[in-house]
Amino acid sequence: MLETIWFILWALLWAVYFILDGFDLGLGALLPFAARDEGERRVIYNATGPFWDGNEVWLIAAGGVTFAAFPKTYAVMFSALYVPLLLLLFALILRAVSYEFRNKVAHPAWRSLWDLVHFATNLVAAVLLGVAFANLFRGIPIDANGVFHGNLLTFLNLYGLAGGLFFLVMFALHGALWMCFKTEGELQERSLSFVYLLWPLTLICLLAFLFLTAFYTDIFKNYIAMPALLIIPLVAVAGLAGVLVMLLRKKILLAWVCNCVFIIAVTFFGVMGIFPNMLISSMDPAASLTAFNSASSELTLTIMLGVALVMVPIVLIYQFWAYRLFSHKLTPNEVVNDSHSY
Amino acid sequence: MDAVMLSRLQFAVAVFFHFIFVPLTLGLSLLIAWMETKYVRTNDEIWRKHAQFWGKLFLINFTLGVVTGITLEFQFGTNWSRYSEYVGDIFGSLLAIEATVAFFMESTFLAVWHFGWKKLSKKAHCVCAWLVFIAGNLSALWIILANGFMQNPTGYVLRNGRAELANFFDVVTNPYAWGMFAHTIITAWLLAGFFMLGVSAWHMRKQNEHADFFRKSFRFAAPFTLILALAVALTGDLQGKNVATLQPAKLAAMEGHWETAKNVPFYVLAVPDAENETNSIEAIPLPGMVSFLSFGSFDAEVKGLKDFPKEDRPPLGPTFWSFRLMIGLGGIFILVALWTFLQRKKDEPHPRLLSVLPWMIPLPYLAIALGWAVAEIGRQPWIVYNLMRTSDAVSPVDPGNILFSLIAFIVVYTLLGILDIYLLIKYARKGPEEA
Repeated sequence: MLETIWFILWALLWAVYFILDGFDLGLGALLPFAARDEGERRVIYNATGPFWDGNEVWLIAAGGVTFAAFPKTYAVMFSALYVPLLLLLFALILRAVSYEFRNKVAHPAWRSLWDLVHFATNLVAAVLLGVAFANLFRGIPIDANGVFHGNLLTFLNLYGLAGGLFFLVMFALHGALWMCFKTEGELQERSLSFVYLLWPLTLICLLAFLFLTAFYTDIFKNYIAMPALLIIPLVAVAGLAGVLVMLLRKKILLAWVCNCVFIIAVTFFGVMGIFPNMLISSMDPAASLTAFNSASSELTLTIMLGVALVMVPIVLIYQFWAYRLFSHKLTPNEVVNDSHSY
Repeated sequence: MDAVMLSRLQFAVAVFFHFIFVPLTLGLSLLIAWMETKYVRTNDEIWRKHAQFWGKLFLINFTLGVVTGITLEFQFGTNWSRYSEYVGDIFGSLLAIEATVAFFMESTFLAVWHFGWKKLSKKAHCVCAWLVFIAGNLSALWIILANGFMQNPTGYVLRNGRAELANFFDVVTNPYAWGMFAHTIITAWLLAGFFMLGVSAWHMRKQNEHADFFRKSFRFAAPFTLILALAVALTGDLQGKNVATLQPAKLAAMEGHWETAKNVPFYVLAVPDAENETNSIEAIPLPGMVSFLSFGSFDAEVKGLKDFPKEDRPPLGPTFWSFRLMIGLGGIFILVALWTFLQRKKDEPHPRLLSVLPWMIPLPYLAIALGWAVAEIGRQPWIVYNLMRTSDAVSPVDPGNILFSLIAFIVVYTLLGILDIYLLIKYARKGPEEA
């Protein structure tokens, strides 16, 4: 029971990471297309400026919880994903630095350099997360001793790449919606045109990914065995449809929230589909790691559950407060004249 | 090189680089919160300018601290999977608690502090500064509790082929960890004190338009730095006693002490020779000093290195020399802090002091790195003291991958380090902004 609760919490932490850092990554990947001059670029940076750091902590929390609640999964998963994971970490390092360093030197070449870094690292991070999760849904070659038999190319199969593209487009939509919420006038109109381009793209990628999922994974088995779980993909569809409905009603923030629902449901769709597996072995089903054979002791799971039940709501409350505090619209003029902005 | 050595090197690069940025974060956040409290209490704009100027340097420093910390959390999985599997039940939960209890709070409220000058009331803004300070230091506590488990495992039971949690209270009251925590944060605050003194002294020496501004910072930081320089020695002594009891092999390596004996002297000059199991030079003995510093009595017996099988001894040279150098630097800190304290009220402190202080900035960084070298190299050959060997802990990863990532770490971190130091110097020299 404790293992199942932790499995769901584990999925939830990843989902929260995706909805929060997802819009940072997506908007960062849109930077060269979304902004046409220095003032607009500054707006893009500052639209996510007060949030990216707090958002990234959800990744640390998700990693930490994997370590604490499922140490064996943490050990085998992260050593198997050695190369993609380190690439992701380097991308996130340089992404963070691009926020902090860009505006510290006025030279245009310095700024262009960090703009390029910002774009490339956000793009790479979004794609890598998709590639990694698609491969987790599908299974990777690990043996009974937790040794990985493959290399980076093992992950870059058709299904993995489809996952990468899907995540990139989904996050880009998420970022464009956020930009729409944080800007006004010309910038907002431009971000709306991105949204209307990215929404159908997301739908197409979703359908293509689902189609491939039926071929490459066993995810649907859980849904056939337990049809009640089909509520998850229904919520996903409702979320994505809700984005469009809210946009037509000019309720931008609610459109973004609907997209959050969509991303959470997509994450749960995949993760609940592999339950109770956490790391499927494509070599030997018996070598797969599950929530049950990789969990921590009951005492640790209980204590950590207490910590999570107390702390996560508190964190959500103060992060919500911080989001509200910085929910105002940004204009190029205001950002450029504020000595505290990025 | 094999996977063990490469992974150790990579962890060393990642952790030492990370810990360049952490101490300033821990200490400067305290000084900034304190300055902002003065602003709230006195309504004097000058203190707001102080908080903002030092805050800018804080932020440049902080970002690299954050991102280099993330790689560490994941490296236990990527490079030390056998270790993670074996102790994750305990070690992993301490890291997870760190993220949920401390790190969320630190990053969220720092962002609010950074962008919220016009959004919040003075008091609320000041509270954010204190929350950043508390969260940062709380984060250090949980990380050092995790490290404490590697140094002196407590509260566990061996079951199901791994170390499982038996008593959470014993894990979080680990005496080694609390001694290390005290010594670490006090040293971090000292580093921030010297940082503030060094930057201030540079402007005062130049007698530029900001000299008055920085005289205020200088007077603010001087007593703080002296008290901390003394507290560093005190907490170091206490932690030395912990090591003496809990990790006798480490202590023997720190002191270059070979034969178990009572009334062990401290040799001011000594050069250890691991191969011949002796010290090639031993001069100027302080009678009974090692016994006294380790156990509080000149007659106490101190175990020598020869009492431990060769395969259980830590690498002698790095442990011994790092310790010596660290102690020497600690002495210099007390002297310079005392000199600064005595000069703080003068309108023109001694010019030599003002030229020395900027050059003092790197020294606490060096002392902290040396201290961690003593703690971590001195822990070898164990990854968890007397429980698991470092050589059994490494991931089954292709050494080629590790070599590649190690090179990537060195290249990326070197570049970022240079840029960060460049920006810190640029903004430290620029001084406070008008407005």
